[in-house]
Amino acid sequence: MTELSTNTPKPRDVSAIVTAGLAKRYAAERRFRAFGIAAIAIAVAFVALLFSSIIGNGYTVFVQTHMRLDVELSADAIDPKGTRDATVLARGDYAGLVKGALRERFADVKKRRDKRKLHGLASQGASYDLRNMVLADPNLIGQRISVWLPVSDDADMLIKGHIPRHTGEGSRRISDKEIAWLDALAEAGDLETQFNVRFFTSGDSREPELAGIWGAVVGSALTLLVTIALAFPSGVATAVYLEEFAPRNRWTDLIEVNINNLAAVPSIVFGLLGLAVFLNFFGMPRSAPVVGGFVLAIMTLPTIIIAGRVALTSVPPSVREAAYGLGASPVQAVFHHVLPLAMPGMLTGAIIGMARALGETAPLLMIGMVAFIVDIPGSFTDPSTVLPVQVYLWADSPERAFMEKTSAAIMVLLAFLIVMNGAAVYLRKKFEVRW
Amino acid sequence: MFRENMEADVTFDSDDAGRFDPDTDDAYSSTEEMAVVESPPKIISRGVDVFYGDTQALFGVDIDIRPNEVTALIGPSGCGKSTFLRCLNRMNDIIDGCSVRGSITLDGRDIYAKSVDTVHLRARVGMVFQKPNPFPKSVYDNVAYGPKIHGLATDKDDLDAIVHSSLERAGLLDEVKDRLHEPGTGLSGGQQQRLCIARAIAVEPEVILMDEPCSALDPIATSKIEDLIDEMRNNYTIVIVTHNMQQAARVSQRTAFFHLGKMIEYGHTDTIFTNPNEVRTRDYITGRFG
Repeated sequence: MTELSTNTPKPRDVSAIVTAGLAKRYAAERRFRAFGIAAIAIAVAFVALLFSSIIGNGYTVFVQTHMRLDVELSADAIDPKGTRDATVLARGDYAGLVKGALRERFADVKKRRDKRKLHGLASQGASYDLRNMVLADPNLIGQRISVWLPVSDDADMLIKGHIPRHTGEGSRRISDKEIAWLDALAEAGDLETQFNVRFFTSGDSREPELAGIWGAVVGSALTLLVTIALAFPSGVATAVYLEEFAPRNRWTDLIEVNINNLAAVPSIVFGLLGLAVFLNFFGMPRSAPVVGGFVLAIMTLPTIIIAGRVALTSVPPSVREAAYGLGASPVQAVFHHVLPLAMPGMLTGAIIGMARALGETAPLLMIGMVAFIVDIPGSFTDPSTVLPVQVYLWADSPERAFMEKTSAAIMVLLAFLIVMNGAAVYLRKKFEVRW
Repeated sequence: MFRENMEADVTFDSDDAGRFDPDTDDAYSSTEEMAVVESPPKIISRGVDVFYGDTQALFGVDIDIRPNEVTALIGPSGCGKSTFLRCLNRMNDIIDGCSVRGSITLDGRDIYAKSVDTVHLRARVGMVFQKPNPFPKSVYDNVAYGPKIHGLATDKDDLDAIVHSSLERAGLLDEVKDRLHEPGTGLSGGQQQRLCIARAIAVEPEVILMDEPCSALDPIATSKIEDLIDEMRNNYTIVIVTHNMQQAARVSQRTAFFHLGKMIEYGHTDTIFTNPNEVRTRDYITGRFG
């Protein structure tokens, strides 16, 4: 009897045990969910902070303060001999005309130092604008016209409220007198903020009010075009070869390990490679998008290869079997069936690589793309800069107005990224095959 | 019992066909009998060993597969019947570390000879897989793919004709003729499998290998495919792997029983199912193991 009772298990109240543990299990679940929500909330808060800071600093860049001046386009200053030749017209003393117009407007300013300050109210860009107007229509010469001309960066900052008015004169870059002149202009309705076309159409400049992002946008676009044109086909081809055709042996293992390691190499090393190989050995042009594209393509390749191989392995083997079973050759099986199915995954990898390439400055440092370049690049071999480098250069500049430009450049960079990712999502959806 | 089953099926079939044209049906069966008696085996395998790396999966398999017959390969899971099937069109070549020894001849020529091209071989020996695996393309493109890559169609009209006749022979045309350009993956499981059969016969192979073609299908879809296999026998040599012994009894003329990588017994289906020589065959068929 005793033997029997020790052998058979004691009847237990399973239901009670389970119930007792239930509360604990659910508590763990609730805790885990709370952690998750908290993590997301913190992340969203930081993103919101980042965006409000960038947009708060940068949104004013989209407008630029202009003043209305009556300018006498005297033939003496522009084209004394009356040739109406474009080269002569381009060399005219437009800055003098702007200064004259300002002196005429504030006739009571007599002192030499004050006059210089008065002249400083107008941007250098004012004379360029006048020149362009005259070049477009030489008949304006000799006329007196009323034009809107950009003001200097300090005046612009004051009007936009980035320079406080009520602190002591010594602690701001703009004097009481200049403020008084600007107020006078504003009172007469001759001062207003207009949409800042120049920011989106011109290249970099030493003068903040003249500096534009377009040069960097074009530079980035050209560089990325070279990168994608080089990295995507060779990355896909490498992935296809390694995954579908290469024999599995020590050599392919070695290649695989190296590709994986390459993905983790600091990007400046690729810049050194670019300097040594493309610039010094092949003698390619410095600061050019084509070299930048080469360097970034090498940097992006491992990412594309790794993502491509993952995409290829995820294609169901039944597709390959079906193709082989019909007598397709290996190349036909891969290019007709496997590759199209792997394409969405490969595009994802390519886009991750391109996004990284878009934000990269370090490798470009070594090949001279971190440079002050005013002209908008017209081809792949013109000197140019790229968006993140522009952000870096502007962030490094002391003028208050460049802070605004920095934030605006970041916004443009983010917009560029969003457009690129949007295109990738669209392409992926287009290539995706529904089963 | 199995014999009866089979006869019932056959009678049903000939009845069905008889409604169209009883004479042709008779003509078919008489030529077929002659073919069985006179023509040499389509595929001869002698001493076939298959290794996956160091593991031997098949041990000395000898089988003669006769033309215009359905040969069923049966046996428990892992017995090597699918491996043997895949030797017949060299699908095992795709698998890393798989090696085949012994000889397999198709119409007297060694298919493992160096001069044999696998693309050419697989155009002659088509295959239908266990899980329906249509390409994620339209019904039309699925069927047209084989003729396209082999250059069997001279122009668009020719290709259309091949696609239509293949779908018709697979008994699928009526069901899909209005949705030829919709994805093949949108069809039902049974329709997908018949699409795969249509895709295989579009290349006009001589032999069709079927690897458990009905295991993923419901009984109604299965019976349609079985009817189809029985019809197709007139034009093709068919080798089918199946787990379903009734199916083997219903559709095949000869059956081979595999066990642990060896071919245990091979003979006429009715002999194997009613009066097998080997104890293991009888045990398997009566459900004592496997």
